[in-house]
Amino acid sequence: MPMSALFSAESRPLTIALAGNPNSGKSTVFNHYTGARQHVANYPGITVEIKEGFAKTRGKERIRILDLPGAYALTAYSQDELVARRGLTLDPPDAVIGVLNAGALERHLYLAVQIMELGLPLVLALNMYDEAQTQGLEINIPRLSELLELPVFPTVARQGLGLNEALEAGALAAEASRAGKGKAPLILSYGPDLDALLEELCLILEKSAPLAGFPDAYPRRWIAVKCLENDAEILTLLQRGNPALAEEIRSKTTEAARHLKLTSGTDPESLIADYRYGFISSLLRREVLRSKEDPRQRRRFSENLDKILTHRLLGPILLLAALYGMYKITFGLGQIPTGWLENFFALLREAAAEHLPEGALKSLILSGILAGVGGVLSFVPLILIIFILISILEDSGYMARAAYMLDRIFRAFGLHGSSVMPYIISGGIAGGCAVPGVLAARTLRSPREKLGTILTLPLMVCGAKLPLFLLLTAAFFPEDATLVMLILSLLAWTTALLAAKILRLTLIRGAPTPFVMELPPYRLPTLFGVLIHSLERVWHYIKKAGTLILAISVLVWAGMTYPAPPEESAATYAVRLAVLEETCSALPEKEEETRARLRKELTQAKNELNSLTLAHSWAGRLGAGLEPLTAPLGFDWRVNIALLGGLGAKEVIVSTLGTAYSLDAADPGGSLPLQQRLKRDPGWNRATAAGLMIFVLLYSPCFATLAVLRQESGHAGWAVFSLLFNTLLAGGAAAAARSLLMYWGI
Amino acid sequence: MSGTISLRQMQTGRKAIIVAIRTEGELGRRLRDLGLIPGAELEVLGRAPLQDPVALRLNGFTLSLRNNEADLISVRPL
Repeated sequence: MPMSALFSAESRPLTIALAGNPNSGKSTVFNHYTGARQHVANYPGITVEIKEGFAKTRGKERIRILDLPGAYALTAYSQDELVARRGLTLDPPDAVIGVLNAGALERHLYLAVQIMELGLPLVLALNMYDEAQTQGLEINIPRLSELLELPVFPTVARQGLGLNEALEAGALAAEASRAGKGKAPLILSYGPDLDALLEELCLILEKSAPLAGFPDAYPRRWIAVKCLENDAEILTLLQRGNPALAEEIRSKTTEAARHLKLTSGTDPESLIADYRYGFISSLLRREVLRSKEDPRQRRRFSENLDKILTHRLLGPILLLAALYGMYKITFGLGQIPTGWLENFFALLREAAAEHLPEGALKSLILSGILAGVGGVLSFVPLILIIFILISILEDSGYMARAAYMLDRIFRAFGLHGSSVMPYIISGGIAGGCAVPGVLAARTLRSPREKLGTILTLPLMVCGAKLPLFLLLTAAFFPEDATLVMLILSLLAWTTALLAAKILRLTLIRGAPTPFVMELPPYRLPTLFGVLIHSLERVWHYIKKAGTLILAISVLVWAGMTYPAPPEESAATYAVRLAVLEETCSALPEKEEETRARLRKELTQAKNELNSLTLAHSWAGRLGAGLEPLTAPLGFDWRVNIALLGGLGAKEVIVSTLGTAYSLDAADPGGSLPLQQRLKRDPGWNRATAAGLMIFVLLYSPCFATLAVLRQESGHAGWAVFSLLFNTLLAGGAAAAARSLLMYWGI
Repeated sequence: MSGTISLRQMQTGRKAIIVAIRTEGELGRRLRDLGLIPGAELEVLGRAPLQDPVALRLNGFTLSLRNNEADLISVRPL
């Protein structure tokens, strides 16, 4: 309706942000409110995602819901926390729903109190209330609500209990704050010394209002507290906006810090945290929280499970079994729908080959678009399954245990226990993809460990490298296919870890980041949560196939088609093809044998023309130009073209080899599969095949990965580094492996 | 203070009260955000297969930290 459209265009919807610690069940709350109507909100300049969706209240009002990344506090320790804080401060929502784990109220209130200090209208959802009750906790909700002067609701997000009430209250609070009837910020006492200083700082800040670089929403006292806490972001903002003011404040805070150290041996940050926790624990003691008789019953389930799952011997065995199981399920189950998709695209190609008129367009659609995009899309089932399994591991709490068990090993190579996830997603279990892997490394706190992880994870066996490995093992190592795949996987891990170690000792030196990590209680993942999570990632992959890979496929096709071969030779082929076709169709029905022979000749002529076109094309010339460089590896111009195409997307390697090897003297009919043709080609042997597999395993990441590498590392330089470093590494390793194999006569 | 040891020396299954945390800056901030402050009670739940990191129970949740981080936390066993 035009009226309502006009209306909603004029007044932007109320915005409610969901804030909470990791593992508070916040995503489940978000999924309940927004259903599938959610997407990743675009916040320029940041790489951590803030999700956005819309919910309706009972009064049918449309509310915009923001899902902030999980944060333990507003101290901006990790990138996630920095983003969560910016989501609350730079463009403040109208209200916040704080999602708290009712079973660990004391710690979860720490964030809530800081949101109240910011002066944002807050509604508390004490989530997993049922679990808290079975743990023997008694929470006096009316009392908590009265003491904090804000609405509090018990919720069980998995069953949707209490969530609507919390949303209604949030909407009311948001409306009130829109109408200018917001709440005053909570003012906590930080003890006589600091309180006096904070007042002084507030006066200084007030004096120079409006503060350059700060939205009005920042309460002065909050800024003052952050200055005392030595908050890097706030101090930088101040410095940029008003250097003289920043200097004045800094001299006050350093003086206070010195004084505190002398008198009580502590620092302002610790003191502030002590007072915040003190406020919370005295709050809970005022008849809010009571633990019934046996608090030891609590969390026993998770702890007992941990005794097995992180056991010294059983733990690692079960971890290996879980990883192996994931691999088995992905490929065992994934084969079936992958086969369907491959067949579907084969049918599509046949139909196109039959119905489209001969010419550049047909060639573009067949060799460029359908070959490239079809090849990529056939991986969708595998990716969906692997993401579903990873989501299950993540949501159940097991992934944190994997990081916990493996941290000691990863640390030896300058990485972090949390590196295990990005590694596995990238292909630590063969078949992943480095793009989501690089994105998964966002949870790593230290820029150094994160960089070490994202620069080395493209060395894993991603799904796009698999087709070539399968092709070459089938052709040259048919008896040892499993062994070869195993060796490649091990080689990937060893190289990646060693490369990480070398990088951490040279280019990205620095002390290890603390491993302070929560081990959330084990939970059964919800189907909806897992599906939303996995489908979202798959959708990203499909979009990549639809855009980037499509563009690259067309580019590669053009590079392999133009410039066209010299006219006289093309004309000769055109005549030959026309004659053959005519003879063929003019044959009487009974001459089946002759017809078959002619057909073969026709195919061969077509292949010869293709090959001639390829050799004459830009790609062909480039491939030939690279031959001196790749000669020690045994790669000829055709392999070189395929590898160049593989820079766009590794899936392209096999299809390019297919085109390049269409002409083969040993196979005059051209009917043999690529595998057989390679096997018969005198230029190929087992050593060359092994060298090519190693080269493809290790050489430059594809463009999509390079793009996210640039984005996540913040520097284009690292993407260029990755391209060169990995390719050199690959060249060296492949040449060494090939010479060794030749020497041994394998 | 008598009877104070570092968290690394604690045996699995034992409980203790945090006495002091000797670190500043980011690590100190992280530890405080997670509720590791003087006066808090913790229990050592176990260690990873390679004896490092260590898992603790604190205030109704489980967290893990490395031995060299545990070194910075002095505790009084209960």
